[in-house]
Amino acid sequence: MSQPDPYQPDPGIGRSERGVVLAYMATSGAVLLLMMVLGLIMRLDQGELLGMAPDWFYRVLTLHGTGMVGIAGLAGAGIMWYFLRQYVGLSLAVAWANLALFLAGVILIITGIALGGYAGAWTFLYPLPANPMGMWDTGGAASFLVGLLIIGVGFLLLHLDCARAIIARYGSLGRALGWPQLFGRNDGKAPDAAVVASTMVLIVNTLGLVSGAAIVVMSLINLYFPAFQVDPLLAKNLIYFFGHVFINATIYMAVIAVYHLLPRYTGRPWPSSNKAFLGAWTASTVMVIIVYPHHLLMDFVQPQWMLVMGQIISYTSGLPVLAVTAYGAIVNLHRAPIRWDLASALLVLSAFGWAAGIIPAMVDATIVVNQVMHNTLWVPGHFHFYLLLGTIAMALGFMAWMVRTYGGARESGLDQLSFWVYAVGGVGFVGMFLIGGREGTPRRFAEHLSGWIPYDRWASLFAALVIAATAVFVVRFFAGLRRAALTEA
Amino acid sequence: MYQEIAWQASLLGVALIAAVFLYVGLRAGNPADFGPIKRRLYAVRTYWFAFLVALGAWLSVETLADLPYSTTHGEAARPAEITTEVTGHQWYWEMDRTAFPAGTEVAFEVTSADVNHGFAIYNDDDRVVAQTQAMPDYTNVLRHTFREPGTYRVLCLEYCGLAHHKMTQEITVTAPDR
Repeated sequence: MSQPDPYQPDPGIGRSERGVVLAYMATSGAVLLLMMVLGLIMRLDQGELLGMAPDWFYRVLTLHGTGMVGIAGLAGAGIMWYFLRQYVGLSLAVAWANLALFLAGVILIITGIALGGYAGAWTFLYPLPANPMGMWDTGGAASFLVGLLIIGVGFLLLHLDCARAIIARYGSLGRALGWPQLFGRNDGKAPDAAVVASTMVLIVNTLGLVSGAAIVVMSLINLYFPAFQVDPLLAKNLIYFFGHVFINATIYMAVIAVYHLLPRYTGRPWPSSNKAFLGAWTASTVMVIIVYPHHLLMDFVQPQWMLVMGQIISYTSGLPVLAVTAYGAIVNLHRAPIRWDLASALLVLSAFGWAAGIIPAMVDATIVVNQVMHNTLWVPGHFHFYLLLGTIAMALGFMAWMVRTYGGARESGLDQLSFWVYAVGGVGFVGMFLIGGREGTPRRFAEHLSGWIPYDRWASLFAALVIAATAVFVVRFFAGLRRAALTEA
Repeated sequence: MYQEIAWQASLLGVALIAAVFLYVGLRAGNPADFGPIKRRLYAVRTYWFAFLVALGAWLSVETLADLPYSTTHGEAARPAEITTEVTGHQWYWEMDRTAFPAGTEVAFEVTSADVNHGFAIYNDDDRVVAQTQAMPDYTNVLRHTFREPGTYRVLCLEYCGLAHHKMTQEITVTAPDR
């Protein structure tokens, strides 16, 4: 059985298109490394190996969270754009505008944190931005919030452009989700996985971004006119709806790389025109929208039906991953003539990371468990699981494939070592969060009790391993970047 | 108790998924024809899907019967034996009383005077025994019965600014009233 050649350039992706995608991935890679270092600094500080003042700890926390959510979105968008562009006429100008707005927003966010002292976390939970007790000034909070708003506008433009292009080609969002094939006779002609996934993401993220923008604007007004107040429960619902949808959308965008690239490495097709695949994506569209109350399980005043729904939908949300995407990856991989390299290894790792990461997520969404685990380190434990070992692994795998396919990057002896360091370091790192959660360690605490400190120190070691491996991946990407951008495919 | 269940259930689930990925990943160098593999594994998926649905349904039935919300919504079958008010402030807890007998149900009426806080009760092993959010303009009622006498501690479990991690309050639980 001959080995497939996964390094065939994609037709329809010229230098211009490649340029914008590489710019997205390069920005994501560079910021990722910086934000990882901030994460390590926090864990070292909690482990009493660094002596950072609490105001700086919370500033670092705010920057780390905002930066990571931002680049997860940007990397996901880069992957989505690359594959979706092969099916619909996306606008290059809009893609560049999104990146420009992203960078403008980043400058405002860094200004708000570094100069304005803003440390209200990336979730800006109303009414905290307006109640800093002297920790930051109004201008700092406003700079942060306007930065978020600008980044949100950029993503909204991108998703609207996806909607325009998809509707122009397929006629409606329903057709792009494969509804004729899902609900009628399956003629095997449903749109490609990239189209289905992008459509799902544009639907949920448009709703999420508009909700996020609404509460950001309300928070901004409240900053300068304190008499203008928002119902705190409504604010919480809007923020967690936005936050949940946006961070979930990152993985639904990035997973397109797994659907498209893994089959090239195994030489086996992964068709999207089947009812299980299409049904999973349509169900996920609805579930991502309605599952967010699981962030409010300790807000007892929330309508009870929403909280019960939060638990049940959290369980059902796992089904498309465990029975379709991760399962599909397993089927595609089982006894396949796969060509292992850095990219294929990271993509397989990402399917594992996503599937495994939802286990502690579902556990925490169980109300009786949430009552003793909510806002402990269990929470960053589960989301680092499927972000670090899921979304980011997808992005790093895609980046490795890009510079190999277009930049002629060669395999290196470091690849295998750095992959295993990343995988083992990543599992160890999230494991320490989860153990911290079991032990009751609160999340977002500048100082830890002595009993919690050993786990912080182990986490620091694992974080350092992850950073070392990521540095190898990112440096290798930048080394091949210029050639990948300039070469004629 | 739930912490240990959560940990062990997660460990088991993650280990199973890791084992499947490792097994399949390691055997990927030993290629076989895709047709029969696809047919066999997609047939197994039907059972896998049914198993997951059954597991989720069973867990839902087991865990949704006794939720902590009814008192907040005025639907409790009976009032708690002790009711006390709790208000979160940046960065301290204001509590009507801080001593309670073990074995007596307490209803903590929790609110906030400024931003969101998290009212979490830790036992002397530093484990959370119960929690609810302290929100401005709203009151969440947390019912809890302390099982053991001892010194408990309230920590804030919702980030609220500079001294969030210092926002603690001791609670003393005495031997049961007889």
